[in-house]
Amino acid sequence: MDARQTVEQLVAQADALYHDLDFAAVKAWRARTGGRVVGCLPTYSPKELIHAAGLLPVHLRGGGDQLEIIRGDAYFQSYICQMPRGIIELALSHRLDDFDGFVFPAICDVIRNLSGIWQLLFPDKLARYLDIPQNFDVEVGGAFYAEELGRLLADLEKLAGHPVTDEALRASIAAYNTNRRSVEALMTLRADKPWLVPADEAYLIIRAGDVLPVEEHTAMVDRYVALLPQLDRPVRDHSRVVVSGAFCEQPPLGLIKTLERAGCYIVWDDMTIHCRFIHGDVSTDGDPKLALARAFIERAVESASVYSCRGSKGAELCRTVKTSGAQGVFFAAPSFGDPALLDQPMLQAALDQQKIPWTAFKYAENLGQFQVIREQAGTFSDSIRLWGD
Amino acid sequence: MTTVDKEPSMVKQKEMIGAHFDRLSTARDDGKKVVYTFVPGNLTELLLSFDVLPVYPEINALQSAMRKKSGDFITEAERLGHSEDVCTYVKCDIGMKHKGNIGPTGQVLPKPDLLLLSYTGCFTFLKWFELLREEYQCPVVLLHTPYQADGEITPSMREYMIKQIKSEVIPALEKLTGRAFDEDRLRELLKLSARAEDDMVSVLQSAKHRPSPIDAYFGGVYYIGPMFTAFRGTQGAVDYYSLLRDEVEGRVARGEGPITPDGPMTTEKYRLVVEGPPNWTDFREFWKMFSDEGAVVVASTYTKVGGVYDFGFRHDPHDPLGTLADYCMGVYTNRSLPQRVSMLEHYVREYGADGVLVNSVKSCNSFSAGQLVMLREVEKRTGIAGGFIETDLVDARYFSAANVKNRIESYLQMIQQKRGGHAQEARP
Repeated sequence: MDARQTVEQLVAQADALYHDLDFAAVKAWRARTGGRVVGCLPTYSPKELIHAAGLLPVHLRGGGDQLEIIRGDAYFQSYICQMPRGIIELALSHRLDDFDGFVFPAICDVIRNLSGIWQLLFPDKLARYLDIPQNFDVEVGGAFYAEELGRLLADLEKLAGHPVTDEALRASIAAYNTNRRSVEALMTLRADKPWLVPADEAYLIIRAGDVLPVEEHTAMVDRYVALLPQLDRPVRDHSRVVVSGAFCEQPPLGLIKTLERAGCYIVWDDMTIHCRFIHGDVSTDGDPKLALARAFIERAVESASVYSCRGSKGAELCRTVKTSGAQGVFFAAPSFGDPALLDQPMLQAALDQQKIPWTAFKYAENLGQFQVIREQAGTFSDSIRLWGD
Repeated sequence: MTTVDKEPSMVKQKEMIGAHFDRLSTARDDGKKVVYTFVPGNLTELLLSFDVLPVYPEINALQSAMRKKSGDFITEAERLGHSEDVCTYVKCDIGMKHKGNIGPTGQVLPKPDLLLLSYTGCFTFLKWFELLREEYQCPVVLLHTPYQADGEITPSMREYMIKQIKSEVIPALEKLTGRAFDEDRLRELLKLSARAEDDMVSVLQSAKHRPSPIDAYFGGVYYIGPMFTAFRGTQGAVDYYSLLRDEVEGRVARGEGPITPDGPMTTEKYRLVVEGPPNWTDFREFWKMFSDEGAVVVASTYTKVGGVYDFGFRHDPHDPLGTLADYCMGVYTNRSLPQRVSMLEHYVREYGADGVLVNSVKSCNSFSAGQLVMLREVEKRTGIAGGFIETDLVDARYFSAANVKNRIESYLQMIQQKRGGHAQEARP
């Protein structure tokens, strides 16, 4: 099999995982290992803990544009974003029956309250709200977060039926460090040679990690990255853009393709920021829970769900634009996605100061019409190619 | 419009608020420092112990709405690039700032010297003060209040709060004011808080009487005003709640119903529990939709958003920082959905309610996300029928008076039918 065929096969595998709302891969893992499964809501969960307990962490999104929401709409008002409806729909249609627990990280009030809905609707399942610290002093917020991680770990140990040793946790930290490096390598290649890495392919390959065990996912990413330079993919006259604001509810795959078809290479995005939420490696020395806490406190990415206390708002986005060689930014936020939408004016002001062009649109995960966004993206792309610096 | 005779407590409250805004208007000349902070999880006693003047942006926003000014402010914020989807309190506040920052009494509000970001029970607070930090270019001190996800306050949560107050909040206030933290002063203020809290709880619990002497939602928002804002911990608040308690006890003794926009309610037909904040743009009209039908709200969750006192919590002067931590973590929107359901169930049973009505506001996901599930759970546990209406806090575009009125009337008719057609008086 040549490089092109292998890449096509990898992408097809990732595509199948993306489209499988019945979680066949998860069921297969469960049947193969006898292990239990924990669903993680966006954005960031310390999956190292779940992995160390011998459980399978699965990153849950909503139902995307494939799931007809029949029951989910009865649980949320019209002004609540789309994703939680999809998650409720998945649960009520028994697609999450093989999941034994759920982690709800502190990202917004909707995900927070979804943890309470879970407690009311599914009292037999573990529903753990994870309070992410907003105080970034290691002795204060770090100590609290380490305690939170300890509480989560205690729940996971109960689910697993055995204690988790520090050694096991360090091994899991190492496995996720490796995975982050692999994904970063893909992101770097994307920024360097975007014509080799179509946005939808990169997205699918990274998202395969939502359901695959981390070791399998790392191997998939490594293989994909290694093969790409062997492909003869044409260099197009596209502009280079960053996509910001899509870290929670996801745009439909068709929308991602649409942006590129409109003449834009997406050289960086936060759609899959959940698996790159910590800059660099987490230490494998000393107390592993403290190491995870310290890494989050000191090296979490700038995100709308994290209080900005490290310098001016938007500085990291401006740096990302520069390091990725982007010419502009798409603010792509889900409708009623409060964190991203509330952040936007501040980020836009930071870009304006740096004279970085941007445009903004909203979407829902079940959006079916992309024409208006395509025209907007195309116009934006033309404008920065023709009249940009 | 009927003129309602103002009771002494109403007059006193108006004087207190007026005096506070007077102090704010001359803060610069008087050399006073100004700290903006939020109602839920506010550290008012601590602020007052440093002699700084607090400003509560949510209060400014709702006051703007009641004065029919919020629409222009929201439009201004949207013109500046703030999304139509997000919290209208935030947009009203930012729009107000850009249009001169005129407060509810018509005086210019001073800029903040410090933003005390009490991140309690509402994610939007975090973003709101990030936005204000950019607007005012002033320092922020953050107090992150852990959420009661499992319906309890753990020692770790409490320790985290106390550490933040000690290592972040107090040093920020010391730096701002140039004076050292005075724990004895704080204790004295907390003593006054507890006294006022006793009287406020007595007022809120008076609604267990039949007829209820108060409306615990529309009237309730006035009763909680001093406690939830700049006056907790002051002698003025103690005096206000003592006065209010005497008035309410007088109404109980005389068998009188609550004050409404049209004067005292003569016949109580429906007793309701209400979940969610009120609409402020059409507050009076909204209230009348209930009072015209003889519906009185006997308990509400909104009146617990700045502190849940009716389950026994009082500020404790013997543990000044611990009690501030407990207070912050205990506010209504910092409680889990199962806790909120249990509170509603308790109110239905203890206050002899005929129904539970949710006013779901577009702006507030902290309140609104999950309310449909909560309502079904309360119905299941109590056997009473729930009602659901949708409005917004300060954006009049989301207050459809005809629809809301229609829904309320239909809901009350349903309660009446469930009683077997006896609408004349609430069930015994």
